[in-house]
Amino acid sequence: MSTYLGMPTLPVYGQGNLNAVESFPTAARRELKNEQLRANLGHATHTIRDKRLRVVGELPDWEDLRDAGSAVKESVMARLPELLEQFEANFTARGGVIHWARNADEANEIVRDLIRAEGVDEVVKVKSMATQEIGLNEYLEEQGIAAYETDLAELIVQLDHDKPSHILVPAIHKNRTQVRDIFLREMPEVDPNLTNEPAKLAEAARAHLRRKFLSAKVAISGANFAIADAGTLAVVESEGNGRMCLTLPETLITVMGVEKLLPTWQDLEVFMQLLPRSSTGERMNPYTSLWTGVTEGDGPQNVHLVLVDNGRSAALADEMGRSALHCIRCSACMNVCPVYERTGGHAYGSTYPGPIGAILSPMMTGIKSEENNSLPYASSLCGACYDACPVKINIPEILVHLRSVDVESKRGTRKVPTQMDLLMKGASWAFSRGRNLGLLEKGLPLGKLAAGRKRKITKLPGIAAGWTQSRDIPAPPAQSFRDWWAKEHEGSAAAGTAAQGEKRS
Amino acid sequence: MSSAREEILERLRGALKDAPAVPDVPRNYRTGVDAPEEERISVLVDRLEDYKAGVTVVDEAGVAPRVAELLREASSYVVPQGIEEAWLAEADAAKPNRRRNDSRQAPLSVADLDATSAVVTGSAVSVAETGTIILDGSEGQGRRAISLIPDHHVCVVRAGDITMILPEALRRLDGTRPLTWISGPSATSDIELERVEGVHGPRTLDVIIVRS
Amino acid sequence: MRIALFATCIVDAMYPRTARATVTILERLGHEVVFPSGQTCCGQMHVNSGYLPEAVPVVRNHVAAFNPADYDVAVAPSGSCVGSVKHQHPMVARSAGDKELEAQAEAVGAKTYELSELLTDVLGVTNAAEQLGSWFPHKITYHPSCHGMRLLRLGDRQLNLLQSVGGIEVAELPQADQCCGFGGTFSLKNADVSSAMLADKAENVKATGASLCSGGDASCLLHIGGGLSREGSDVTTLHFAEILASTRENPVSITGDVLVSGKAAR
Repeated sequence: MSTYLGMPTLPVYGQGNLNAVESFPTAARRELKNEQLRANLGHATHTIRDKRLRVVGELPDWEDLRDAGSAVKESVMARLPELLEQFEANFTARGGVIHWARNADEANEIVRDLIRAEGVDEVVKVKSMATQEIGLNEYLEEQGIAAYETDLAELIVQLDHDKPSHILVPAIHKNRTQVRDIFLREMPEVDPNLTNEPAKLAEAARAHLRRKFLSAKVAISGANFAIADAGTLAVVESEGNGRMCLTLPETLITVMGVEKLLPTWQDLEVFMQLLPRSSTGERMNPYTSLWTGVTEGDGPQNVHLVLVDNGRSAALADEMGRSALHCIRCSACMNVCPVYERTGGHAYGSTYPGPIGAILSPMMTGIKSEENNSLPYASSLCGACYDACPVKINIPEILVHLRSVDVESKRGTRKVPTQMDLLMKGASWAFSRGRNLGLLEKGLPLGKLAAGRKRKITKLPGIAAGWTQSRDIPAPPAQSFRDWWAKEHEGSAAAGTAAQGEKRS
Repeated sequence: MSSAREEILERLRGALKDAPAVPDVPRNYRTGVDAPEEERISVLVDRLEDYKAGVTVVDEAGVAPRVAELLREASSYVVPQGIEEAWLAEADAAKPNRRRNDSRQAPLSVADLDATSAVVTGSAVSVAETGTIILDGSEGQGRRAISLIPDHHVCVVRAGDITMILPEALRRLDGTRPLTWISGPSATSDIELERVEGVHGPRTLDVIIVRS
Repeated sequence: MRIALFATCIVDAMYPRTARATVTILERLGHEVVFPSGQTCCGQMHVNSGYLPEAVPVVRNHVAAFNPADYDVAVAPSGSCVGSVKHQHPMVARSAGDKELEAQAEAVGAKTYELSELLTDVLGVTNAAEQLGSWFPHKITYHPSCHGMRLLRLGDRQLNLLQSVGGIEVAELPQADQCCGFGGTFSLKNADVSSAMLADKAENVKATGASLCSGGDASCLLHIGGGLSREGSDVTTLHFAEILASTRENPVSITGDVLVSGKAAR
């Protein structure tokens, strides 16, 4: 571990499960071929979209809540160091212990040491994005500590030795029959006649985890919110596995990104209206637990919080992109995303998939890390994510910003410019003067010629082949509008009197 | 003390060297909705039923018989210190030796709670619009574990504790108490986004709303 | 009213009849249309692909060509290009540190309208059949493009105009609010995902039984039409301006090889 020696060189990027290891187009091509995956995802994302729209439509002040949520988060980012210190003071005053982790490795080591101090080699876990991000389960396994996921979807993914593909419903890519098969294979005690009814599957998970919950000495959680002026942590959940982990063990270790703060208790009234409706499409999630340090005689008596940077400070340093840190992990953006709907979450590589992942991951790791520079391009910029975001993160704008960060990071580094570079240079010339474009348009008849008798172009070379893999281009017209206009208005000084009822070609 | 602490705070300060403005938070959303008791009750009933919770609305005198009825099949039930004794009179009388008392000073073990079939608690405040009942661990509500482990939760809500919307409810609470917000029985939508009630938390939630 | 037409590069080069239809509609309402000859493109391809410095001369050219002193309002038959002029141009100027350009870009953006927005909000067109003589006796469906819908908040303006055309039947497009998958260079860089999105859009268009799909953005229509053509479908695409310009006396000629009004299109 390095020691603090004056002002650190900024930015300091994150590590762990934040990288795409292959480019998004490559991963997407593979995932798109999985028909079952696409059917499962299509069904699931459309179901949740409809639910979200229904419950959001019920609130007359939804847009006011979004405005408030956005402003609260903006103020959190602007005051982050001060709010962290305030939170620390309040949480500590009530018996909680705070640990700070610069990166994933440091966070993992802190958690391991806390578990070892309790003398146990197994822990129960409630779903947490932060621990996914830092690769805690894998690390603990290497260290001889078994971490049992207790959220149903996380359990499915863990039993199947798979990776989560969605931040709210990690097993969204699996259907009920696939889940049944995993349970039959991986749960030794399960009834061999288990059906694929979701109710029966939930019951099997209950039976499987019950002993673990009741005997666990240490639990690990994430946190949805940390309220600075109260020193309070909140976990939002549905199944009661969260309550089990947060209530029964003697020791509770919470791992949380430094950005998850809310300044005041009052702010929670905004976010607990925004989050459930945006994420599960419910008016309220079944259970929310809040705790402030230790309560004597009620719940864990050793309460720890690990505050993790791991690239968040780097994201905060990006003035154009820092609002990505407003994210409350509701997953509304991925549920409405036409790209996510077709590729699923694995194509994004990182723990954070979908539109928010496409901006957050490269901001936390730096655009040059592995294949993360392909993520900002994984969007048609349709804008559905921005509309759905409860805290109004302008994801399309940040995607475009990160594309320019990527392009700038490569300028001058290549000996031979890419086709895209040449296209952009050429187009910049053509579009910088009307006369330049007019000159190029004189070539339109050539395109018409190329289109031939079928009057369409079906095959193009180079990067344009991406277009013609599934689309034709109609034969261009013989004459541009510019040319037509000039001829129509020849000699007319005031260009602006197109004849009524003009002849059509 | 910790070098990581200083370094992270320093990184964050460095990241904010452009000194971004702290915006005023526009709070144009609803912070309170005036509604008569009957309306607050009927909205809460509607939401709880939507969550597949059982709900009955009674007068004060109706609580004891309803509690007894709900606990008829229970082989045992736990109650927190400070519970309204009148609520339990009929259940306690119906079958002896079923009741177990729990307090912070004399807590039941996890194993004992697991062997207990039901729990009866009061509640701190409820939100009609979202169908949410909030327990804050004070007298009559108990430790968090007792309303979690038994499979059947009977929860009494006084009409005067029902607010229409969430902001009103939170303003009545102390955020530093251990809080449990309950909106229906435990549930999951993890398989094909189909909601299933009853996972790890109590699989049955029965709410008794008491008119003022 | 003196109206400056921003044809947009794709319409100028590939769909000149959309621009001519726009001129026709506006002149039918008694307005003067001018075509600033210096115009080229909004530059969003550059911006959206991350080439901001290359976008600067394009923005500079646009604000020079569309000096706000020369016209009352500017109009383009494209939600996406108007979105770029309004939202991206000032941002590009800021990125170049050019305050003067930023102010000019803001001024041009403030006077620039998408066609349905201009017709509905400024020129008061609520019934195309009555006010424009629009006549188009065909069954169509309509795709609302993303940028018009979400960046400009056009709502149902284009659809309402289409529904008020004489003789028309507008079939509702299932999943209409879903992106067609064009996304500019997205269709090249992520061709597989884009193609998958396009396939679903084409499926939905065909499911309506309409003979063509209309919309307000030539780029999306090029994309949807290109996909339908590749599948060998007879369904084609047509900009709503051309449908509004179509009259009983002078029925519109349409793109592709589809027969409309018994005449082969050219």
